[in-house]
Formats: sequence, structure tokens, C-alpha cells
Amino acid sequence: MNKEEILKIVNEIFVDVLDNPNVVIDLITTANDVEDWDSLNHIQLVVAIEKRFNVRFKSNEIRNWENVNEMIESILSK
Amino acid sequence: MKTFNEIKRNIKKDYSSFAKEDIAILSNSASQLLNIGIRGLSFDYNIDLNIYEADYNQVEYEVFNEGSELYTKSPKYILIYLSTNKLLDKFYSYPLNERHAFAVKYLTYIEDLVSTIHLKLTNSIILFCNFPEIDDSIYGNQAGKTENSFLYQCRKINYLLSEKSVQLNHLLLIDLVGLQNRFGIGQLFNNNIYITTDIVLSTDVLPYVSEIVLNIIKVRNGSVTKCVVLDLDNTVWGGIIGDDGYENIEIGTLGIGKAFTEFQKWLKELKNRGIILAVCSKNNEDVAKEAFLRNTEMVLKLDDISVFVANWDNKADNIRSIQFILNIGFNSMVFLDDNPVERQIVKENIPDIIVPELPEDPAYYLQYLYSLNLFDTTGVTNEDIKRTESYQKELHISTLKKSFVDESDFLSSLEMVSLVESFNKNNLARVVQLSQRSNQFNVRTIRYTDNDVLQLASSSDFSNYSFTLNDKFGENGLICVVSLKSVSKSEYFIENWFMSCRVLKRTMENFVLNTIIADINKMGCLTLVGEYIPTAKNNLVIDHYKNLGFSEDNGRWVLSVSDYTIRETYINKL
Repeated sequence: MNKEEILKIVNEIFVDVLDNPNVVIDLITTANDVEDWDSLNHIQLVVAIEKRFNVRFKSNEIRNWENVNEMIESILSK
Repeated sequence: MKTFNEIKRNIKKDYSSFAKEDIAILSNSASQLLNIGIRGLSFDYNIDLNIYEADYNQVEYEVFNEGSELYTKSPKYILIYLSTNKLLDKFYSYPLNERHAFAVKYLTYIEDLVSTIHLKLTNSIILFCNFPEIDDSIYGNQAGKTENSFLYQCRKINYLLSEKSVQLNHLLLIDLVGLQNRFGIGQLFNNNIYITTDIVLSTDVLPYVSEIVLNIIKVRNGSVTKCVVLDLDNTVWGGIIGDDGYENIEIGTLGIGKAFTEFQKWLKELKNRGIILAVCSKNNEDVAKEAFLRNTEMVLKLDDISVFVANWDNKADNIRSIQFILNIGFNSMVFLDDNPVERQIVKENIPDIIVPELPEDPAYYLQYLYSLNLFDTTGVTNEDIKRTESYQKELHISTLKKSFVDESDFLSSLEMVSLVESFNKNNLARVVQLSQRSNQFNVRTIRYTDNDVLQLASSSDFSNYSFTLNDKFGENGLICVVSLKSVSKSEYFIENWFMSCRVLKRTMENFVLNTIIADINKMGCLTLVGEYIPTAKNNLVIDHYKNLGFSEDNGRWVLSVSDYTIRETYINKL
């Protein structure tokens, strides 16, 4: 899977978890850019992405992502 | 069970029409997601549950400080969740030479919390989470026989906490250990989330924790299961008693009887706890009761059953009668039946009753029913235990008979189709089997061997019919056989007609007769003749031909083919 495909799926997960059909993310999106992407929803996003891609993120990854690109890099690195 | 995300979506919905309840959550770990789970799920329970979530790790402050928000809010329910991780931490900082007494000491702390709250909030109920086990493996496999191990002390705390809750009516347990048994620690707990956020319970398990909390509130508000209504054939025992006989039903060592024995033992335990057992079965009453009276393998006896209804009417009406006699709400009744069609007619006509979708394999009945937790209670009283006795009375259902069910709507919704074939290689084995097994719906009780069927199939004197029945719930397979003998050009005799009782009341008889008449009419036949030969078991069809419009003539039943009007049926030919 390439970055674009992963981004598309991650976007769907955002829509689902944040319960907002209008959420659109790209690689440079940060938590500040998305309404409701707070620390609580972040956890649910992490869990949902882990399930969808069947990966486990390291604790440091969960803490340190600056933007969506880094999140996707983490998925790709598994 | 809904996922956490689905439950969370409830939060945006309108709770304003629901009864209000209040709960406080006190925890020494991050409890925001637990808050969302409980609040969200309360929507599905029609409860507007307002939650006061104390600040992170402020349990002692809230409890031991008289001016805390806990006491100004004084909620009816107080949920206390202390994590095992924090407990382990406390244990490690405990003096080595006193660790064998850690559990006892810790329990005095819990007692202190509980009694302090109870002193101020006398009417509140405290929901205390027990402690999922962490095995730190310091003492290897023998931690369980080592008093100084954390595992030993953790188990002891759980036991002592249980014991405490037995003594105190205002202390209820949230059994997280039970959830750990069910799901395993890997599902209960995500290490990476715990390390980064101090949220201990995973989003996978939070719906189940929330469910326990809400069931407690529901039960406290008086909504409890009081009665289990049981089908008999293939639900309480294996096989069909009317066909197989009471001595051949599967129970005990016969066939897969073990599954039914264990199931009956569980039902008996429920009865001993005060749940009323009722029977609602499509059977002749005396035949159905024979199992209880004469089969020694039966765990359930007649006096375990408070209301016994066995007849051939639709089950929705019968359950209404049972409800009327017991005078309890439909929402406190559970109906157990292996047959999806029966479940559907009951569900459609009695929306409040609980109708579990029993697994197809009886081996899984119990595990499935355990998981539904249908019999939640906040404490069993003596009254509960006596309930069955007080309800036990002879029932004369005929006086109550009144149909509420629009059967025609229901029958057409089943989308029934039947494949009509003569005897052939493919259906031979099933035709033989059905002829051997059918005792109730069998007008002349002529049994077939393989050879008989082959001969009939090749004989020019006989016209043979086999019928299947499928509906939207699945296939019933080959369920009816008719064999006609040509007596003369103008007269046919119904040599054999047998059918599975599973498809009674589906207008199958009408469909069969319509099919036959259309055929013989084409061949110029004027008269169709039937005969009923009584046996010990076929009383069910004594009026079979009468009901189909035949007239009696010297012990024979006669129908004029040319005067025949097509009978109503909801079955289409495949």
C-alpha cells in the first residue's frame, strides 16, 4: 500500500471516529487543524488505526507525531 | 454488543424524554473514556444518566473531605475504579515482611472508603470494581502458593471484597475479573495507551463495563427477568417427542443428550433462584408431559414448571396467556425456542419480550445464554426463591383462548416455497426416513423401506409426491409425502400422507391438496378418497380430512374433484 492509499483509509477512520463526514485530512494536517482531534479522540484514532492495519504503535510514536504524515510513516514502517 | 465508537455516537442524541439518574465516577486512573461509555450506553437503556466525574486521582479527597463535590452532588450511584496497576505499585512499596498481610490491610482501606461514603450518603449505592489480576511472575508458577506474591494478595483482595459485598447491601461489585476471564488481559488493557495516557481499560472492553453499570441501574429500577418460557422439542431435549416417543428423546446419554442435560440443570438452577419456568410447546399436552413424568433422565420435573402450555395454537397467543396468568410484564419474560420461525412470530407480536437467537448447535446454548447475562440482580431475596411455588397452579388455557395474531400477514412474510417432486434417487433416503419417524402427522402409518419406495416410484398405479418447504429463515428440507393409488380411471385413494409437525399451521396441507387435485383433475379423476387409521400417536390428524372439506362415507373420506375450490395457501410452488 502506498501513502495515498493509506491516507485515504486513515481519512475514513477520522470520519468514523470523529463522527463527522466533512473531515478531510492530508499529509500536513495537524491536530490543531481538525476540530475535535483532542487527546481523547487521539486515543480512539490510534486504536482504530491499529486495528485497521493490524499494527501496534510504540508508545513514543503515539506521543510524538507532529502531523498525519508522521502517523502514516509509522504505519508504513511496520 | 455495540462498539465503543457506536456508543459514543449516542451522546449527541436527545435524552430529554428519559428518566434521570445520577452517578459519580471516582478513579485513580484516567476515566474520561469510561465516562463517555457509560453516558453513551445509558441512551440505549432509556436513561438520562448524569455523570459527575471527579478529577484524576482524587478518590480520597472526594471521599474524606466533607465539603467535596461528591457530597454536594450526592448522586444515587457512586462508581469507584481503582486500577490494579496502582495496586501493584502500592504493593511494591509495602514492607517486604508485611506483604503477606497486604490484602487484609488494603481491605480496611476499602472499607474505610465505603463506610465514609455510606455515613454521608445513606441511600447511595457504591459500585466497586474488583481487580483484574496482574501476574508479575516474580514467584513464577507458584505465585498462587506464595503468600508474599502480588498475585496471591490480589486474589485475596478480590475474595475479601466479594465477602464484604455480601455483608453490605449498599456495596455492589463491578466484576472486571469476570471480564478478564472472558476476554483475556490482552483485550482488557492496551499497554501503549496506558503508558501514554494512564487510561487502563481498553475501548474494546469499556462497552462491557458500561453494560454492567447500566444493568445495575436497570435492575434497581425494577426491571428484572422473572420468567423463562421454554419450547420443548430440540430446545429442552433433542428430537420430537410426538414422533420419537418419550423414551427416545435425546437427554442424558442418548445422542447429544449431554447438551440438553446441562441446559436443563442450568434451568433448574434458575428456578431455584426464583425464576419462573413456563412451557410453551407445539405438542399434545399429554404427550409432552410424558417426558417429564416417565423419562428418568429428565432433570426438569413437572413441578419445576409453573405454567405448562402444549397445544397447536400459535405461540404468541399462548405466551400472552402465560403472561396473563403470571401477571408480569412481557419485558420480564425470556422466550427460548430453537425454531427461528417461532421466534419471529413471537418477536413480531410481542415486541417487549426477550427472544435470544439460540445457536443452531445445542452444544452452544449455554455458553451463548451465559454471555447474555439475562438474569442480573442486585441481590436475591427469599421472596424470589419462593416465587415459583406461589405461581404454581393448574392451567386451563382453553378459557383464555383469544387470538391476537394476524397469521395471514405473518405467513405471507415468510416467503414460503415448496419443491414438489415424485420419488427419485435424491430424495429416496429422506422419504424413507420421514416415513419411519413421523408418528403424529401420519394418517395411515404405513412405513417405507428403500425397496418400497423404489417399487412405488416405478409402479404405474401410484402417483407419488414429495414436498420440501423453504422460508426466509432457511430450509426445512423434505417435510411431506403423499402417495396416491389409482383405484379406477375416476377414483384415486390416498394410500399414504405423512408430514413433519415442524411445518404445521403453515397452510402446507392446503398447498398439498391443491397440488394433488390439479394433477388428478387433468387425468380425469372425479373422486379422491382418504382414510384415517388411528394409532396411539396420530390423534393429531383425526380430523385431517374433515378439515380439508372431505365428507365421511362409511369410514372413508370422500372429496369431489370437480367441486373443489382452491384452498388458501401462502406457499408458492418452486
